[in-house]
Amino acid sequence: MMKAHLELSGVDIEFPTPKGPFKALQNVNLKIDQGEFVSLIGHSGCGKSTVLNIVAGLYQATRGGCLLDGREVTQPGPERAVVFQNHSLLPWLSAYENVELAVKQVFKGRKSKAEMKAWIEHNLELVHMSHALHKRPDEISGGMKQRVGIARALAMQPKVLLMDEPFGALDALTRAHLQDSLMEIQARLNNTVIMITHDVDEAVLLSDRIVMMTNGPAATVGEILHVDLPRPRDRIALADDAKYNRYRQAVLSFLYEKQRKVEDFQQHREKQSTAAAESEESAPAAKRASG
Amino acid sequence: MNAIRAKLTLYWPESPLQALQQGLKRALLPLIGLLMFLFVWHVGAQNINTSLGQFPGPVQVVEQARNLIAEHQRERTKEVAFYERQEKRNANKLAADPHAEVKIRPYTGKPTFFDQIGTSLVTVLAGFVMASLIAIPLGILVGLNGDLYAAANPLIQLFKPVSPLAWLPLVTMLVSALYVSDDPLFAKSFITSLVTVSLCCLWPTLINTAVGVSGISKDLQNVSQVLRLPWLTHVVKIVLPASVPMVFTGLRLSLGIAWMVLIAAEMLAQNPGLGKFVWDEFQNGSSNSLGRIMVAVLVIGLIGFLLDRIMLLLQRTLSWDKSATLR
Repeated sequence: MMKAHLELSGVDIEFPTPKGPFKALQNVNLKIDQGEFVSLIGHSGCGKSTVLNIVAGLYQATRGGCLLDGREVTQPGPERAVVFQNHSLLPWLSAYENVELAVKQVFKGRKSKAEMKAWIEHNLELVHMSHALHKRPDEISGGMKQRVGIARALAMQPKVLLMDEPFGALDALTRAHLQDSLMEIQARLNNTVIMITHDVDEAVLLSDRIVMMTNGPAATVGEILHVDLPRPRDRIALADDAKYNRYRQAVLSFLYEKQRKVEDFQQHREKQSTAAAESEESAPAAKRASG
Repeated sequence: MNAIRAKLTLYWPESPLQALQQGLKRALLPLIGLLMFLFVWHVGAQNINTSLGQFPGPVQVVEQARNLIAEHQRERTKEVAFYERQEKRNANKLAADPHAEVKIRPYTGKPTFFDQIGTSLVTVLAGFVMASLIAIPLGILVGLNGDLYAAANPLIQLFKPVSPLAWLPLVTMLVSALYVSDDPLFAKSFITSLVTVSLCCLWPTLINTAVGVSGISKDLQNVSQVLRLPWLTHVVKIVLPASVPMVFTGLRLSLGIAWMVLIAAEMLAQNPGLGKFVWDEFQNGSSNSLGRIMVAVLVIGLIGFLLDRIMLLLQRTLSWDKSATLR
């Protein structure tokens, strides 16, 4: 049997809390091949980010572990570059300098100055940011910031690219643009990607496999869906595609039928009481409207 | 923030007439405030009689300011004349005997008001620089390490509220005991003032730096971890720039405190400077004294204000965070 590029086996993680340990993940098993695009989807609080952080090395599994090319992951490193949800660019550096910081660190002694410069510009070119090399993060839009974040991660030449809801904070149009860019880059570089998302369309459009996670606590992998759609994928053509819609339906049914998020009693009560307060406030307005 | 700016531009004057009105209003209101203050001062001063005569009003203060300037100029002329006389004497000596030893003695006249301002400024800046050199690195260390912070915090809280007047006797004795040299580079009084100022003004910078450093967002720390930045690079490339806005907030507070502390220290310790000037005038007790002290008060305020503006200017040029409220 072929060895997986990246393998999570029997991963448990517990976080200490004042009320005793909280088990966020239980027995998570996942194998990912070189060049595969895998999405993690699930309700919020189901531990998607925790899985990603374990692969990144930012969290340590309590039991089990993560192997990358047969080596255990024990700490963060540039071979597992992360694209963070809120871009995490250094606000005092320009787009170019943000990427430069990563490139200088990763390719110290391996690339000459001129090679580094070319490599930085190449990666910003990949994400279509050549026109704003020397702009600071506060001078560019949210979508552009995320593009620079992706360029920074790509510039580390990672074995696995980890993306934590990379487009979650963007508007729908910008998100679509960036998804297309990401597909284009993925087709060119054949990166291994793990992406967390809330967005069913995004998951089906981009992924080779969609890993659906059960609700926490003690969340684990519920189902894995193979998305067998030919690439390059076109979002407009796919909108009418029967296969695409079946995949979508499968994910939706997992999220909203099988793993329907049930709020616990306490949360429910809190919500009711705030709703009651709101309706009291709006009561006079309602009376006027009815009268 | 942007919404406010948008609103401002919405109401921005379009016509030159409106622009003129706005400009007038902006210049007029502070002027009205100033005139009202002068009026109240003038009327109030006339009704207050002290043992040193009537409390000085604006007119007397302007008069005393003129006097102080005149005294300064007189002293300078005397000084120039003093050196000229020496040079002439030396030249005569050399003409009579080319191997004669000649000396230039320093002028030992009484320091004028403006000399005292200069001394105070040099002392406050030296004390402030020394405090910053201690407080910023210490703040970074304390901010980076939670254990160190826990250990240092009680000490910081304990020493922060101590008045300069309480430190002064201890510092004076310490300096006399430890700063022993046959050919001292600095006067003892200068060292005493400097140490007292530093002791009192390093806390805001220390605390603000520590808070700025410990408040660096988790995301930026994760970036640093993913890149495996070495400790020093992490500090220089991430920690320092991220905490620059907070460091400047601390520095501005510190400089303000340094200036206040210095005047008090000079007064009590009889160290040269503006504080000594005020104290000497008070002891002198002539009918002009109160007016001269009032001139000093205004000058102290003006210099404090200017120092703050200079720090603000520095912050504007050096800090990346242009959105920070700069007041």
